[in-house]
Amino acid sequence: MRRTGVVLVVGLLVVAAGMLVASLRVNPYFYFAAYVILQYVVIASAWNILGGYAGYVNFGTPAFFALGAYTAVFLIQSVRAPLPVLILAGGLVSALLGLGIGYLTLRLRGVFFSIATLALSIVLQTVIINWEFVGGSRGLSVIRPSGPPFGNYVTFLFTVMVFLAVVAVTTARFIERSWIGRGLAALRDNEEAAECMGVPTLRLKLFATTVSGFLLGVAGAPFPYYVTFVDPNSAFSLDYAVNALAMPMIGGTTSWVGPIIGAVLLGTAQQLATVTISSEMNLFIVGVVLVAFVVLAPEGILGLVRRLRRH
Amino acid sequence: MNAILEVEDLSKRFGGFTAVNRLTLHVKPGERFGLIGPNGSGKTTLINCVSGSLPVDGGRIRFDGHDITNLPAHRRTRLGIVRSFQIPKPFTSMTVQENLDIPLEYAAHRRSREADADAAEILRSIGLESKAHLRPAGLTQIEMRKLELARAMAARPKLLISDEAMAGLSSAEVDDILAILFRLNEQGITIIMIEHIMRAVMRFSERIVVLDAGERIAEGTPDQIVRDPAVEKAYLGE
Repeated sequence: MRRTGVVLVVGLLVVAAGMLVASLRVNPYFYFAAYVILQYVVIASAWNILGGYAGYVNFGTPAFFALGAYTAVFLIQSVRAPLPVLILAGGLVSALLGLGIGYLTLRLRGVFFSIATLALSIVLQTVIINWEFVGGSRGLSVIRPSGPPFGNYVTFLFTVMVFLAVVAVTTARFIERSWIGRGLAALRDNEEAAECMGVPTLRLKLFATTVSGFLLGVAGAPFPYYVTFVDPNSAFSLDYAVNALAMPMIGGTTSWVGPIIGAVLLGTAQQLATVTISSEMNLFIVGVVLVAFVVLAPEGILGLVRRLRRH
Repeated sequence: MNAILEVEDLSKRFGGFTAVNRLTLHVKPGERFGLIGPNGSGKTTLINCVSGSLPVDGGRIRFDGHDITNLPAHRRTRLGIVRSFQIPKPFTSMTVQENLDIPLEYAAHRRSREADADAAEILRSIGLESKAHLRPAGLTQIEMRKLELARAMAARPKLLISDEAMAGLSSAEVDDILAILFRLNEQGITIIMIEHIMRAVMRFSERIVVLDAGERIAEGTPDQIVRDPAVEKAYLGE
């Protein structure tokens, strides 16, 4: 219980630090870039709950992220709902999709599950392309509400994302350390043996897909206000699928720390490359780094550190 | 009817192939029960149905007063039916001790601190205490089989189904595993042994059922079974 208190305090401190940084008003591009990196902390942590803890590799991250974003677009277009409502609604709708995906695990495992999630992303993108109310294939301009609670809208969104990152990381950490995390690890190692040792595998998988989906949706919900122009190509970008998988893999999938390390390292590298070289360098960097890690350090940076410590 | 496990009229088909055909079988509390039969006779399918890994196509299964025919496997484990696997299926990312923590926590409902003490005790009783903090990948064949049994013990079974726990072991190692199973039985655990090593089944079992092509062809004490012409025919042909 005391541990939980410490985590809460640390989380609040991080949010407070974020607000402080927001009030500094350094170069606006800094907040813009930091938002993207924090967004990837949320995405990588969320992906890892299913992909890392439970071992179900989800290639459909864009579907969940975009569902969160488009739920927000829908609510902005229809009732001009405030940001907290957008985030909550985006999370819940994506959580429902996650629950549906969870039932797929009854029949699909391993690579077949991954293919199904990839297909899901394509199907959903097609639906959005043909839905004019949320912009269809041409996309839609979103006007930010005037007068954010503090600072300008970009620094405000930056602070919101700090908060969401804290929520995602704390959730991942809690799951990992609880009986749920131990059960997920057992079913990742061997699903049949886990079930025969008393682990309610289906219930745990549904939990993992739902929570993972919720957090991915949450990450996507502020996206319309961040970019102010949402179109299917940017919301369903392949970047999300690749980064969501690459960041935890590079950091280390067995611990909540791994996705943070991966998201910060890779996210920063991508931002630097975008500014200094070109935006096309993004995925190139991810590709090269991912291949290097899969070959040289399959357990990520955390595994590398653990191995060095043992010697 | 004084039985801990009652299998009534059980059928399991895979497409057009009938693996278990209207089989009825009763196991008494505390019994040492042997299940033998040639390869493909339906032994493993039968226990997959009993443990809940496979749904049945017909018939009922009762355990300890409960109808478990449609229960998911983890609920059966919690009621007390625990199996070990023919090919060991350890949790590879965990240490030996953590492997035991899973059933202790999920099946026997022990809190994590009590679980550590329980796991240590089980490992001591089975002779794996020095390996408690190793990963399964660092174990030998016999240690892997022992881990499989230790993990099953950690689920606090009333009925332990041992699926070929001794295949491929040396004769001294077979004796080792047999001693463990005898000791568990003395503690009141009912044991179903599926085994191809005749010396082991014959020594261990009080009663044996012989399956062939998904049907029971013989039942009796080990002595009766070895003299049964139907059994000889199933194993050796005419």
